[in-house]
Amino acid sequence: MRKLDYSGAIREAMSQEMERDERVFVYGIGVPTFSKIFGTTNGLQEKFGPERCFDTPISEDAMTGFGLGAAIRGLRPIHVHIRVDFMLLATNQLVNMVSNYIYSTGGKLSVPLVVRAVIGRGWGQGAQHSKSLFSNFTHIPGLKVIAPTTPADAKGMLTAAIRDDNPVICFEHRWLYWAEEDVPEEPYETPLGVGRILRPGKDVTIVGLSWMNVEARLAADILARRGVSVEIVDPRTLVPLDEKLIVESVARTGRCVIADCDWVNSGFSAELSALVNEKCFGRLKTPVRRIGFAHTPCPTVRELENEFYPNAKTIVRNVEEMLGLEPANLDSEDFFSHERRFRGPF
Amino acid sequence: MSLPLTTVGSSLFLDETQKAKKYLMSLVSEGVSQAVSTGLYKSLFLARRSEEYIVKHYPENQMRSPMHMSMGQEFVSVGVCSALEGKGDIFASYRSHAAFLAQTHDTDRFFAELYGRMSGTGEGKGGSMHLAAPDSGHLLSSGVVATQIPVAIGAAFANARLRTGRTAVAFFGDGATDAGVFWESVNAASLFRLPVMFVCEDNGYAVDTPRAARQTFESLTEAVRPFGCDVYEDDSGDVESVYLLARRAAETARSKRRPAFLNIKCCRFLEHVGTGEDWHWGYRDKEATVRDWIARDAVITQRRRLLALGVAEQEIVALEGEVESIVRRSVERAVAAAIPGPERLYAGVFHAKA
Ligand SMILES: Cc1ncc(C[n+]2csc(CCOP(=O)(O)OP(=O)(O)O)c2C)c(N)n1
Ligand SMILES: [Mg+2]
Repeated sequence: MRKLDYSGAIREAMSQEMERDERVFVYGIGVPTFSKIFGTTNGLQEKFGPERCFDTPISEDAMTGFGLGAAIRGLRPIHVHIRVDFMLLATNQLVNMVSNYIYSTGGKLSVPLVVRAVIGRGWGQGAQHSKSLFSNFTHIPGLKVIAPTTPADAKGMLTAAIRDDNPVICFEHRWLYWAEEDVPEEPYETPLGVGRILRPGKDVTIVGLSWMNVEARLAADILARRGVSVEIVDPRTLVPLDEKLIVESVARTGRCVIADCDWVNSGFSAELSALVNEKCFGRLKTPVRRIGFAHTPCPTVRELENEFYPNAKTIVRNVEEMLGLEPANLDSEDFFSHERRFRGPF
Repeated sequence: MSLPLTTVGSSLFLDETQKAKKYLMSLVSEGVSQAVSTGLYKSLFLARRSEEYIVKHYPENQMRSPMHMSMGQEFVSVGVCSALEGKGDIFASYRSHAAFLAQTHDTDRFFAELYGRMSGTGEGKGGSMHLAAPDSGHLLSSGVVATQIPVAIGAAFANARLRTGRTAVAFFGDGATDAGVFWESVNAASLFRLPVMFVCEDNGYAVDTPRAARQTFESLTEAVRPFGCDVYEDDSGDVESVYLLARRAAETARSKRRPAFLNIKCCRFLEHVGTGEDWHWGYRDKEATVRDWIARDAVITQRRRLLALGVAEQEIVALEGEVESIVRRSVERAVAAAIPGPERLYAGVFHAKA
């Protein structure tokens, strides 16, 4: 099989769906212009023309309503936001219109709208270019919410999202765009609402979201050297959630760390923690732990940014505490640094 | 039981002799056939009589939801929807009883929805503020001011791409033009060259706040003009004037591939929300409102026009009787219809593939 990076996987999903179905189109600020949304829209305008891949005014509110109107009148729009922070201007349409349109027609109608939102960290993005805001949207009935971690999942899940007759919000962590793996060339759907065990283990379950699965893998490698066996569960879809997969894993291991790349306070990790506490109460050997951003606006300066974000080390320390282990010396460990790959500006 | 025309529970509606003659249109409009004039009257009468039934039955507390009545403003949506001959895709505000009925004529689903019944447009989950019958071209009504406007431009885009021959229409109040998304939508629709119709039902107030207390520019129409759409203004208060204007605007929009903005002055006869009058609020002068608007009620004007065109009184009475019984039967059916069972609560949050 050929290797493809996450950005290429997203692009291929869109391109193949646009080829398969004339009704699919992609639009948003900067979509066909120079930046191409981290390369995810490369070549689409050349291939499908400006009617099916186009730029918009900086009018997120109106352009989200536009997507709803196009969706209920027969097209299948993909609206892209280069930062979820900017998608806040679309909240009125997403929360007041898109999410309840199907319900207020008694479920008879479809709203085949995909909204892609880039999230994540990197290189001094500061308080307005770095959020995740998963729970702002998982809180709202009527929206499906996905956050694929691997390139193969990104392609399959975005394909499923485009074919879905409901609104789907797809969160893409920008650090994942360069991740590479074997990705099938032909179009395929990875069903929404089905989680995935990224790594089997027996001592502790880490439920990871988006980028934090990468950190969880590194943490699992480190812990494995000390004889700790970590199971990593990637829900992949936040709504509808594959509760069974998570509950069964924690029931087996008896321990659960939730590693979110978002604020902890009222975050999606709280939802996952509540689920595990309700469904695995008698099986838990230690209280559920949650890992996420510090409860501050995101600082810009690198040294504080490093404190703000959790990483593999945070996960290792939490697991050690849960298992009553002495903290290992991690000085020789090589933690992920985006700066090796990226030096700005955006 | 039969209600007399436009008199339900209200001293609002004046008889012929009190009408201020200077506001009456010349009764015969060029380019409107008698059949169209009759159709317009029928639509006006349907909307008016339906709302009179709401006024009558609302106190029974079976339609339990805020009602924003169209009464007095019906001629705007009736004129526009009729001009599009059913080929409009309608996106409306919470004040959309008249638009819904003008577009769909579907009193059964309308009343069933107001009564919260399974047979309503959204099995009661939508109600008065969220009417939607996409199969008949009423795409949605929305209770958050201005939210329906951008959705209409997306529909216009889809209609152009798919060559459906349908024209997307956004109805909204003057208050909605305070909102940023209105201007975003006008700009985007002009930029994308979409033949969408923006129709402002300009009743001069957002609840009780007059336009002058909300906007600095003198003329809304002139403020919109530079965006590169065609703008129109109408203060006739007359359904045929609006009908002709909307036809012209729709044709121009289609041929020039650009939006039309129509500012149609009108008057809300009843309170902002609810089925009563609101003179006691004191924000508008009853005498002036009666003189300028209520005395030239478009429903009554249109009836007089039919008479002037030579339609026999008995014919009009028969038409009114027919509409009346349609409305009455719809109300009866709604009252008797099934209420959604508790199992419907979780149904329909997501669309289930057929
Ligand atoms: C975004 C928003 N803000 C405030 C309200 C409360 N509200 C409901 S109707 C209304 C006035 C709207 O006036 P206008 O657009 O002129 O419509 P009209 O009621 O006159 O038909 C207001 C402020 C709302 N529904 N939505
Ligand atoms: Mg108003």
